[in-house]
Amino acid sequence: MNDGVNGVALAVFIIFFLAVTVMGFLAARWRKAENEHSLDEWGLGGRSFGTWVTWFLLGGDLYTAYTFVAVPAAIYAAGASGFFAVPYTILVYPLIFTFLPRLWSVSHKHGYVTTSDFVRGRFGSKGLSLAVAVTGILATMPYIALQLVGIQAVLDVMGVGGGENTNWFVKDLPLLIAFGVLAAYTYSSGLRAPALIAFVKDTLIYIVIAVAIIYVPVKLGGFDDVFGAASEKYTTAKAGGLVPLEAGQWTYATLALGSALALFMYPHSITATLSSRSREVIRRNTTILPLYSLMLGLLALLGFMAIAAGVKVTNPQLAIPQLFEDMFPDWFAGVAFAAIGIGALVPAAIMSIAAANLFTRNIYKDFIKPDATPAQETKVSKLVSLLVKVGALVFVLTMDKTVAINFQLLGGIWILQTFPALVGGLFTRWFHRWALLAGWAVGMVYGTVAAYGVASPTQKHFGGSAKEIPGIGEIGYIGLTAFVLNVVVTVVLTFVLKALKAPDGVDETSPADYTADAGDPGVQVELPPATAGTTH
Amino acid sequence: MSDAPEVRPPVVTPARVVIALCLVAPFVAMLWVGSYAKVDPTFIGIPFFYWYQMLWVLISTALTMTAYKLWQRDQRARHGGTK
Repeated sequence: MNDGVNGVALAVFIIFFLAVTVMGFLAARWRKAENEHSLDEWGLGGRSFGTWVTWFLLGGDLYTAYTFVAVPAAIYAAGASGFFAVPYTILVYPLIFTFLPRLWSVSHKHGYVTTSDFVRGRFGSKGLSLAVAVTGILATMPYIALQLVGIQAVLDVMGVGGGENTNWFVKDLPLLIAFGVLAAYTYSSGLRAPALIAFVKDTLIYIVIAVAIIYVPVKLGGFDDVFGAASEKYTTAKAGGLVPLEAGQWTYATLALGSALALFMYPHSITATLSSRSREVIRRNTTILPLYSLMLGLLALLGFMAIAAGVKVTNPQLAIPQLFEDMFPDWFAGVAFAAIGIGALVPAAIMSIAAANLFTRNIYKDFIKPDATPAQETKVSKLVSLLVKVGALVFVLTMDKTVAINFQLLGGIWILQTFPALVGGLFTRWFHRWALLAGWAVGMVYGTVAAYGVASPTQKHFGGSAKEIPGIGEIGYIGLTAFVLNVVVTVVLTFVLKALKAPDGVDETSPADYTADAGDPGVQVELPPATAGTTH
Repeated sequence: MSDAPEVRPPVVTPARVVIALCLVAPFVAMLWVGSYAKVDPTFIGIPFFYWYQMLWVLISTALTMTAYKLWQRDQRARHGGTK
């Protein structure tokens, strides 16, 4: 889609990008002089903001390249099967409601900042804690890769490099720029910037969503025409369709369930959850999140609209940016691209910092250098956050970029394997720590090997995230199959180890810790920063 | 996963059963893909498959909110109105 540079759109895009980056940078400096807490209050549970403002900021953070690029692209390419993102987010609310308040309580009682902290305290197992930390870091990488692909798609459509018939440097230029911007941005502003620019970013995002889901369908002549055109395309292409076929229904359901279970295992989601003011805030917020799902559903339908509007791209990730360029006046296309770009950049920065902190706190300090100074911690965090991004880049370069949703699903396969230790641990101490470790290992190995073995038209390995479920014969999400295996191994080995009277490890938590709320004795309202590096 | 968010004896009360049902219903509805994998009836041109799932966003919200309210009341009763 490299038909020359779109000057106006590019100019608007750059102006917004610079404005946001400068704001972030100034915010970082301003905060040093002002009250330490003044910025923390944003976006992370809203310590002093009303429900509406909290909702505004919280909602804005959820719109990433996944929402804007990957999901609509999946719909554009394959139709109904990409819509699993909607049931996925629906299933998230009851899950959050059930287990996150318990995690909040026990964490605030014992000063846990990461899932690894909790697992170590609960099961008295450094090995298990290490496994959880490593998994968190690994699984974050493909998720960041997804954001990079989003930024790349926008740059590509604007005519900054890209295209298929050029040399490798021009072809990968958008990706390299995306990576450079992300690295520079995280390094200079850290976590503070995302907090202050959230208002600008979220306003941009909501404006673009509102325009996209009203203006585009009206201009295309209503949903009848849109779905008519889409149906025709799937029939002629003999791929995809408006509803999943019988054979695709298991895949659809398992993808939705697996993704929902995985979401709150990621290091960055845990950080955000734990910073809520009280456990009630978490429950209250779950009742507000659904509007996000609704928007996600409507944005997903843009995939059909791209078909109806005659967008023809070989790489489906470009479908939505291309649709915006075709339908909007140049200046507004620039605004939309800025929204997508910044909407991908900020979460990617947050994710890489969360992963870096996990490393510093639970690997570097626990295993390598227990007496590290704050300065050393900061240095290690910064370095690792860069390495995590390099890891993400490797995923982008080696995996099939045309199905970006797979990045997120691959991350899900891995992170899901920490579910039994974390969520199991929140409700019961019955599981044995060694059994959990063994279950984790089996799940990781099975998941990775299975994903490695999936070929796609353009890739020999890691071409998809669904595969035949052994014993059932239907095609299902690998992450969920691995998870079930993990649980089976854990349960069986727990019986065995208990029978053998294997040492059980020390549990430093007590049952009442899991229901404690702000104001109860011993509950810390403010958790300490994960590492000294948090404030870089 | 257990039925109610926090299990403490006496565990099963009518209110808690309702809470559990509210939380389980979205799973049943969404994972039973066969029940909604069809085009008709359409709504303003949108196939059933899509508008039905989006409708469930609202239903699920209402259910979660109900569960939240019931749970609050349950906790308040148990802790003698400390909150």
